[in-house]
Amino acid sequence: MAHNPVSSLRRPLIEGRRSLRQLTDDIMRPLTEGVTRRWWIAFFGSLIVLLIGACAIGYQVSTGIGVWGLNRTVGWAFDITNFVFWVGIGHAGTLISAILFLFRQKWRTSINRSAEAMTLFAVMCAGVFPIIHMGRPWVGFWFLPYPNSRGPLWVNFRSPLLWDVFAISTYFTVSAVFWYVGLVPDLATIRDRLKNGLKRTIFKVLAFGWTGSNRTWSRYETLYLLLAGLATPLVLSVHTIVSMDFATSVIPGWHTTIFPPYFVAGAVFSGFAMVLTLLIIARVVMGFEHIITIRHLENMAKVIIVTGSLVGLAYGTEFFIAWFSGSKYERFTFINRAFGPFAWAYWIMVSCNVISPQLLWFKKLRTSPLALFALSLVVNVGMWFERFVIIVTSLHRDFLPSSWATYSPTKIEVFTFIGSFGLFFTLFLLFVRVLPVISIGEVKGVLSFGRGHAQTDHGAKS
Amino acid sequence: MSTQVIGYFDSEEGLLHATRDARRAGLTIVDAFTPYAVHGLDDAMGLRRSRLPWVCFLAGITGGTFAMSFQIWSSASSWALNVGGKPFASLPAFVPVTFEVTVLSAALASAFAFFARSRLFPGKTAAVLQRVTDDRFALVLGSEDNRAAAFLKHAGALEVQVP
Repeated sequence: MAHNPVSSLRRPLIEGRRSLRQLTDDIMRPLTEGVTRRWWIAFFGSLIVLLIGACAIGYQVSTGIGVWGLNRTVGWAFDITNFVFWVGIGHAGTLISAILFLFRQKWRTSINRSAEAMTLFAVMCAGVFPIIHMGRPWVGFWFLPYPNSRGPLWVNFRSPLLWDVFAISTYFTVSAVFWYVGLVPDLATIRDRLKNGLKRTIFKVLAFGWTGSNRTWSRYETLYLLLAGLATPLVLSVHTIVSMDFATSVIPGWHTTIFPPYFVAGAVFSGFAMVLTLLIIARVVMGFEHIITIRHLENMAKVIIVTGSLVGLAYGTEFFIAWFSGSKYERFTFINRAFGPFAWAYWIMVSCNVISPQLLWFKKLRTSPLALFALSLVVNVGMWFERFVIIVTSLHRDFLPSSWATYSPTKIEVFTFIGSFGLFFTLFLLFVRVLPVISIGEVKGVLSFGRGHAQTDHGAKS
Repeated sequence: MSTQVIGYFDSEEGLLHATRDARRAGLTIVDAFTPYAVHGLDDAMGLRRSRLPWVCFLAGITGGTFAMSFQIWSSASSWALNVGGKPFASLPAFVPVTFEVTVLSAALASAFAFFARSRLFPGKTAAVLQRVTDDRFALVLGSEDNRAAAFLKHAGALEVQVP
């Protein structure tokens, strides 16, 4: 065995020696074994939270959005904060599935499926908020440029809010296609494992008649590369456009050119924190510690350090430019942010987003699931506050002191926000129950990675 | 049906070697079946590069052109509405929607083209070889050449089947 090249750069991605068949067994276990008690508890918990949110939404739609704490000065607050928060979380999924694929980061294979699913669910949660904000969600289709009897009066293509409609719906559609294309071979694997029955029939329909033919695999790889290439600029465009909702306005604190890259970095930062939160639980509960290893967690922690530092740099740059620009409104807004009535929110944001991720420079913390879990929650909280600070502090004291106001959320707003977590976790729990959480086909492809093609032991080259 | 011979292998290397040798020996390679995308198998089988990038490119160009022209037509011609004194054909403001529609059309067209060309559709009944979506690798050769079965056995196939 002395000739077997073992380098630290080529550590195996999957721990332990597993045959292809064992891997299929491992990944399919949650689907074939009965539902555990813990799953039911988690599922009903999420469902109750979702119902609370649904009641809150029902109430505000039937009563009108006057039930929110908004006023003439602060016209956007909880709703848009939650929208930006959830869209941002989705970005990590696309980064893992598309950008890391283009960079040939093979470790992504263990986590891309669940991260992409998280993207879809997060975008669904995000979509809820602008739709309720319309006040009359049943005429939401007015946002689409369709020939109508009002002229036809077209939508205003110069408005960033309309760009959002296109960006978010394209993002959702392309992410869903990308995710499903990735699922097809795995659905076929499951179909061929199942005995006859209803389950098999469902998987047969979903698997599209996949046979594993290499002529199809060859085209499939091309398609996958194309979709990754399309999703990469798409994901950057989505949060860029979301940031333009703010940056194209004239409000001090919003009207800055730094917003697009700053928002994209923040989105990836918060998204990776959410992936960590979910996967640290999932790998233990579902027994995937050998597939989603400490190394995967550590790599994600490294992305969090980079994006967290970018976000910190953006905070600093904003402050510097506010002073350097000489605009007194801009200066006032930033001093008001850090020392005004919402200073508490600002300093929560800074300590969660700038200071806490710097702890990840310590390898001990990066490789401890418990520490990572705690830090990921802290980052999630911090990134929610970032959006809250940007939106509310910029609006509540703008040019005219006579129009200054303050804002506090009503119970309905809080319940709607909490309810969106219910929706997110309900969907995620259903996903882990009915579909393979790890990409079977892709993990098999990297099984021999770092093992010098020693997939089956008969090839020992000593 | 007995125009084909199927050889089953238990590793991707076994399949790769057999495929390369079969091609060198001048046997007809009908197809190979694998549980995951095997690197290098396309070259071993001598497959052409997929033309999907063309579909993607043309659909993207079409979608983008359509989006841009539609925005100009609806904002400057069909019902020109003065919004804050901005030009009717505000080209920079039309870039985001043009970009999104380009990506959307390119992605959807590529995916549809892939499923159509590979003849995959929901509920299709496929004859799947044993265990090839799990842990077996199969090489299917044309049996008009009667060397095929012997070749597969010699190449280390676990099992050789004549369907």
